[in-house]
Amino acid sequence: MYGKGTMGLAVAAALGFAGTALAQTQDELSTLREQVRQLDKRVTEAENAAIQASSRPTGENVMNPAVSVILNGIYSNLSQDPNAFRINGFVPTLGEVGPGARGLSLGESELALASNIDHNFRGTLIASISPEDGIGVEEGYIQTLALSYGFTIKAGRFFSGVGYQNQIHAHAWDFTDAPLANKAFLGNQLHEDGIQLKWVAPTETYFDLGLEVGRGRQFPAGPAGGRNKNGVGSSTLFTHVGGDLGTGVAWQTGVSYLSTSPRDRTFDDVDSTGATVTNSFTGKSRLWVLDGILKWAPNYNPTYTSLKLQGEFFRRKENGDLTYDSTAASLGPQTGGFTSTQSGWYLQGVYQFVPMWRVGYRYDRLNAGTTSNGLVDSGALTVTDLPILARYNPTRHTVMVDWSPSEFSRVRLQFASDKSRSDATDNQVFLQYIVSLGAHGAHKF
Amino acid sequence: MKAILRLIVALSSTFAALPASAALNVFTCEPEWGALAQELGGDKVSVYSATTALQDPHRIEARPSLIARIRSADLLICSGSELEIGWIPLLLTQSGNSKVQLGNPGYFEASQYVVKLEIPKVIDRALGDIHPGGNPHVHTDPRNIARIAQALEERMAQIDPANAENYRSRGKSFRERWQAAIARWERQAAPLKGVPIVVYHKDFSYFINWTGMREAASLEPKPGIPPTPSHLAELIDQMKRAPAKMIVYSPYSSPQAAEFLSSRANIPAVMVPFTVGGTDKAKDLFGLFDDTIARLLGAVK
Repeated sequence: MYGKGTMGLAVAAALGFAGTALAQTQDELSTLREQVRQLDKRVTEAENAAIQASSRPTGENVMNPAVSVILNGIYSNLSQDPNAFRINGFVPTLGEVGPGARGLSLGESELALASNIDHNFRGTLIASISPEDGIGVEEGYIQTLALSYGFTIKAGRFFSGVGYQNQIHAHAWDFTDAPLANKAFLGNQLHEDGIQLKWVAPTETYFDLGLEVGRGRQFPAGPAGGRNKNGVGSSTLFTHVGGDLGTGVAWQTGVSYLSTSPRDRTFDDVDSTGATVTNSFTGKSRLWVLDGILKWAPNYNPTYTSLKLQGEFFRRKENGDLTYDSTAASLGPQTGGFTSTQSGWYLQGVYQFVPMWRVGYRYDRLNAGTTSNGLVDSGALTVTDLPILARYNPTRHTVMVDWSPSEFSRVRLQFASDKSRSDATDNQVFLQYIVSLGAHGAHKF
Repeated sequence: MKAILRLIVALSSTFAALPASAALNVFTCEPEWGALAQELGGDKVSVYSATTALQDPHRIEARPSLIARIRSADLLICSGSELEIGWIPLLLTQSGNSKVQLGNPGYFEASQYVVKLEIPKVIDRALGDIHPGGNPHVHTDPRNIARIAQALEERMAQIDPANAENYRSRGKSFRERWQAAIARWERQAAPLKGVPIVVYHKDFSYFINWTGMREAASLEPKPGIPPTPSHLAELIDQMKRAPAKMIVYSPYSSPQAAEFLSSRANIPAVMVPFTVGGTDKAKDLFGLFDDTIARLLGAVK
């Protein structure tokens, strides 16, 4: 009885336990099922998200070229009238080389578009948007990617490889304005319509050779826009050597030669009667430029301190005929032989003393050299009939300090004492900002 | 004219031509890739690294000597992800060397072979010099180097098929030694897990992610913008509330800001090699991680 009852109890208990265990397993199973279902849902969601992420949006505009914009504005305080700017002793160039307007003004904005065209070519368009007279093409060229053995060909409009400073965009200059020599010999900056062939040697020391042929659309060629003729209006040869020294110095030096045959290259002057006359030159113009650049940064790391020294020497020979008063506005046209050998140079140093801050000094000098003017030598005219060509050696001192809070912005203050005019010193103050928007640009050495 | 020609002749005869031997000419943007190419290539490659550990790879001058080197390169190896955007495109267009142009086998971007961190959600220059493709300093995680090694090995074999066997067998041996080293480093670096650190620039993120450290702050107020006094003052306050264990900086950044914060907040500043050549002990990729972990462990004690 006792045993039976106990046994029954035990069986009942066991059954009960088993029932509970079964129920628990059932519960767990359904929980697991639910979890698996949830997981499955999340995996599906994640897969969908991954598919979405891996298929990037497509459209007509995904192959847009890299776009960047340079904006700059300037405040200029000039002690002399910028409209009367001239470089005495030197033939005026065809373009605008003066210091710009007084007061506040918007500088030239740049819009740059660049992209690889295909596996063979890269294309670049840099439009300059002047605050007054619309859009100009500063550079617009294609460049080869697929040539080997160190060869590159560029075609279109580009900054000529003559000298060093000439190839650098104004927004990347270390001073607000161009050196006097660049103004006098290249009309600020020579951009040519033409073709450039360049070869880089397979040597450890950098060595290049280049040849450019162009239309001759700008000073020292002439007339403005280029001659109405087939063939070549200007040709340039250049070569550079460069390398490293020690653990922080990089250097480069180059020679270039620019040859043009200007025809009726005109300039205005005020003759002895007080009349504004147009004179013109026809002949040959040859320019030699020797340039050198040296950059130092401890361990080639320019983040904290760096020094940059840059200098160029220009020498120009012109011979041909000079016509006085070609439009018969005063004493009437007269033509005589004209030869000149003139030179000019500048030397500048820019020192970054702490991150973001740089100071710089530049000295400019032009040498009137030797000029023989047949019209004056023969006594047909006097020096006062061609006053701008009267012998004079212009000089200029410039100092600047600039602050670049990031790679994309710069504010600069510059002072200059400019003796380009023989009769007055122009004391200039410039306060300027230069910023770049958009694609990250890369700057030449 | 004649003078130019005479000069050219004189110059060309004095210049030593680059070794035109059978060796594969490898140009690398950063020293870590130079070290990797050397591991994989052995004596079949001639490696030139454009930068050293003392240079900030974001800010490099496109020097003439670099153009000269890229001119004769068969293979170019860079981190990519826009790290070298300020200089490599210029060197490439000036080099006159089609082999290493984008799209050809001679152009190798290491960061394309790994999962990138810190891909920005918002892309705007107001956020500093950010990289839209994600953080480019991928080499600070050794697991990434293993992946890149495999891709690079194949690429070298493709460019130089005559020595393909060499690259494959050296690559296999390297990857075996590397996996063993990763296992060792992970054991050694265990105490670094969860350790809060202040970095200088966001160039250490992959290492932090690998070891499980925690980036508490960076000395740069925004990527690429040097430390400012006001930002340092904020960091001092932050360190008072929640002190980090150490400040980590690389050899190419100035120690000034790190040392300033170190003395004010009383936490050690540690220079890590960052890349091969960054310290005496970081002679190769193995030494790089050995020394980095040893230096961090030294500061965490």
